[in-house]
Amino acid sequence: MSRYLAARAAQTAVTLVLMSFVVYVLIGLMPGDPIDMMIAGDPQMTSADAARLRAVYGLDKPLFERYLAWALQALQGNFGYSRSFAQPVLSVLWPRLLNTVVLAGTAFVLATAIALPLGIWAATRPRSRTDYLINLLCFAGISAPPFWLALLFITFFAVFLGWLPAGGMADPRPGTPWFTALGEQLRHLALPAATLTLVQLGAYTRYMRGAMIEILRQDYIRTARAKGAPERTVLWGHAFSNALAPVLTVLALSFGGLVSGALITETMFAWPGMGRAIYQAILDNDYNLALVGLLIATLATMAGNLAADLGYVWIDPRVSIAGDAR
Amino acid sequence: MVGQSWRPAAGTPADARPLASGFGEAVASDSSQCDGAADMIRRLFLSVALSFCALVLPAHAKDELVVAMTQTPGTWNPLISSMLAKSLISNMTARPLTAYDANWKLVCLACAELPTLENGKARTIDLPDGTKGMEIDVELRKLRWGDGTPVTSHDVVFTYEVGKHPLSGVASSEGYKRVLKLDVKDDRRFTMTIDRITFDYNSLGLTLLPAHIEKPIFDANPAEYRNKTAYDTDSTNPGLAFGPFRIVEIVPGSRITLEHNQTWTGEKPHFKRIVVKIIENTAALEANLLSGNVDYVLGELGLSLDQALAFDKRHKDKYNVIYKPALIYEHIDVKLDNRLFADRRVRQAMLLAIDRKAISEKLFEGKQPIADGPISPLDPMFSPGARRYGYDPAAARKLLDEAGFTTIKNGVRHDGQGERFSIEITTTAGNRVRELVAQVIQSQLRQVGIELRIKAEPPRIFSEGLNRRQFPALAMYAWVQQPGGVPRSTLYSTEIPSAENAWSGQNYPGYANPEMDKALDAAERALDADKRRALFADIQRIHADDLPVLPLFFRVDPFVIPKPLKGVVPTGTLNSSTLWVEQWRWEN
Repeated sequence: MSRYLAARAAQTAVTLVLMSFVVYVLIGLMPGDPIDMMIAGDPQMTSADAARLRAVYGLDKPLFERYLAWALQALQGNFGYSRSFAQPVLSVLWPRLLNTVVLAGTAFVLATAIALPLGIWAATRPRSRTDYLINLLCFAGISAPPFWLALLFITFFAVFLGWLPAGGMADPRPGTPWFTALGEQLRHLALPAATLTLVQLGAYTRYMRGAMIEILRQDYIRTARAKGAPERTVLWGHAFSNALAPVLTVLALSFGGLVSGALITETMFAWPGMGRAIYQAILDNDYNLALVGLLIATLATMAGNLAADLGYVWIDPRVSIAGDAR
Repeated sequence: MVGQSWRPAAGTPADARPLASGFGEAVASDSSQCDGAADMIRRLFLSVALSFCALVLPAHAKDELVVAMTQTPGTWNPLISSMLAKSLISNMTARPLTAYDANWKLVCLACAELPTLENGKARTIDLPDGTKGMEIDVELRKLRWGDGTPVTSHDVVFTYEVGKHPLSGVASSEGYKRVLKLDVKDDRRFTMTIDRITFDYNSLGLTLLPAHIEKPIFDANPAEYRNKTAYDTDSTNPGLAFGPFRIVEIVPGSRITLEHNQTWTGEKPHFKRIVVKIIENTAALEANLLSGNVDYVLGELGLSLDQALAFDKRHKDKYNVIYKPALIYEHIDVKLDNRLFADRRVRQAMLLAIDRKAISEKLFEGKQPIADGPISPLDPMFSPGARRYGYDPAAARKLLDEAGFTTIKNGVRHDGQGERFSIEITTTAGNRVRELVAQVIQSQLRQVGIELRIKAEPPRIFSEGLNRRQFPALAMYAWVQQPGGVPRSTLYSTEIPSAENAWSGQNYPGYANPEMDKALDAAERALDADKRRALFADIQRIHADDLPVLPLFFRVDPFVIPKPLKGVVPTGTLNSSTLWVEQWRWEN
């Protein structure tokens, strides 16, 4: 196991180095640089100012040289400064990462907790009214654009009913009792988390339903039933763990998305998370911020895949981490 | 919830709670000595008394204002980069030496008296190199930084030192470099010597840096100053503010909280606390306003004009909507290198073919005034004598014929060499109003035989193409100006961006006319207002004849102000309304 984990860690490190280079070059090749944006915003800037600032920010050097300089600093734990926020990149990203994990993590847990039983329920009643209704709701969730859902929720729950705040994060004053502060946090979290949950719910339910239907058609399920095994044992003891493997792949792949954030939901609800930070960094030519943000997202995706691989071993005894079937 | 804590009227649960609690304690202590009936009577009496108090006492003063805007400020250092979001907040915590007020008149904010030639505080001098320059005497108002340190001339000297330093990272150093010398007379008085005679000698938009905090950081390593400045490493340090408010909390990307700065020597602000929320999506912004999550959306960086127009109709009872004409000049740059535009009659024909009045009326309900050139009719330097272009498609067709575009095939004109008059207009994607305007112009130009293709690009791509002059024919966007400003960077021949000048300058059309250069030079040097007005008349006349840029509109800033909020005065200039935030108050 430790050899396997060490090999995966080495793979991850190599991938991150390659990704850092690719992302750095891609961002560098995008039209314009930060000084162009300064010129556009400040009519008084002269050619001398532009040349001076390109030298100050190191933008007068070739792209590869800039990457090497950044990589050497990054190896020493210095990921550079965000040009837009004038702060060390990690100081900008860390609170946003936490915010995104809270929002996306809540939505992920909720979506998974609702989707798996719902998918199984639909799979056990194929082509019934219940199945059609669940499918309809799933497709509605998949088709509804997040910005529309967000606006709908804001209009109904914040503007019309006035029950929940329309956006932002809770702002508990010093001295606020912890339960009041927690209540405020949850009130602010409710609408964005509900939006994200609904967006994910449909897809997860469909995956679970499809996988379960496939498994329930297998001979060994028929045999178990023929042997008189109770339906609950058939469903949860035999079918569920086997149906979970493909669903786990989908969940693991969406893990990276948890960290890179939900741009639209974060924007609509003014939730200061990673998605908005990375998007704005790319728009503002904030190289360091965009690069490190995307690397964190890459790392999360790889961690998700590793978790999925370990999960396969856990749910399916036939799979071993060495890759050979038992 | 922040938005609910202030809710106004007396008698609301939030207001009644502390009062009831106090009376409740009194009742409890007495009740031990009384029987149940007496206690009940007393409780009843107190309830009635409480209700009466709630009715007759004046409404509880609102001391917290929650505002919102659509942009996240970057660095807080006032010298490094210019950004509207930052200046909206910085204007609450500090003041420039001078600024343009709501009447577009230059006034002193951090200085005691505006230096002018008339009051003898400014004068022309001969410089040692034989050229002419100016001397300006400035006296600072009695101001103190939030930590009690007085604001002094040494702060001014330090600010200029940072501004001039090549490694400090200050975006535009031109304004600092023109100051040749600063003679400190005492803590509050100094004399500046500038290297030229210029009309804007007393426009000192400089915001001071606190030398007692920033100088040690700057001196340690000027090249690292932009990363180490206390504005970003210790943003809530009270010593960074000398305005009516100071920053007490920053949650990046979410909110900035400001509280009354006790050392502020000016008019005491009516609010004790202002919370600025960042909500980037304008639809969500509107929903937040309606739900009471925010009290007011900053007009300079808030709702779009179409939203404000709709808001005005639906919520007239609760909000006043002010459409403040701003010095934001919406226009179309014409790429003069393009052979199709070589003849100025073509440019004139295009402007004659665009019905700007109809566009303004249909899209903006007539709120956006039509522009006839780069100078706003509200600008003190505006001259009404320049040629104006009304909607006249017949005249446009005649001019196009005269310019040689006589052959029409499939509704599109061709010149003598068979070149089709088919051009591209580039604009910013995501700006719904601009995209709509482009579509209307496309249809109107088609009527005179000009085919227009619309290309909407993301702002950074658009900006890059503009800076490198890579747009093929037309580019539609806006300029922000200052009152009385000379449009040198957009019209002077040496301001054409090129590789040689590191793509600086904003003369994107590539316009070069010695007569215009001469008028711009003279207007910059003219100190007499009447003489300058005459030179501005020349600038407008030459511009109207040559049309290197097709003028469209002057944008209005829509301010949606809740009726109880008083004292917000939109300026329409780069000097935002928050420069007078101490006058804002809530009147039920």
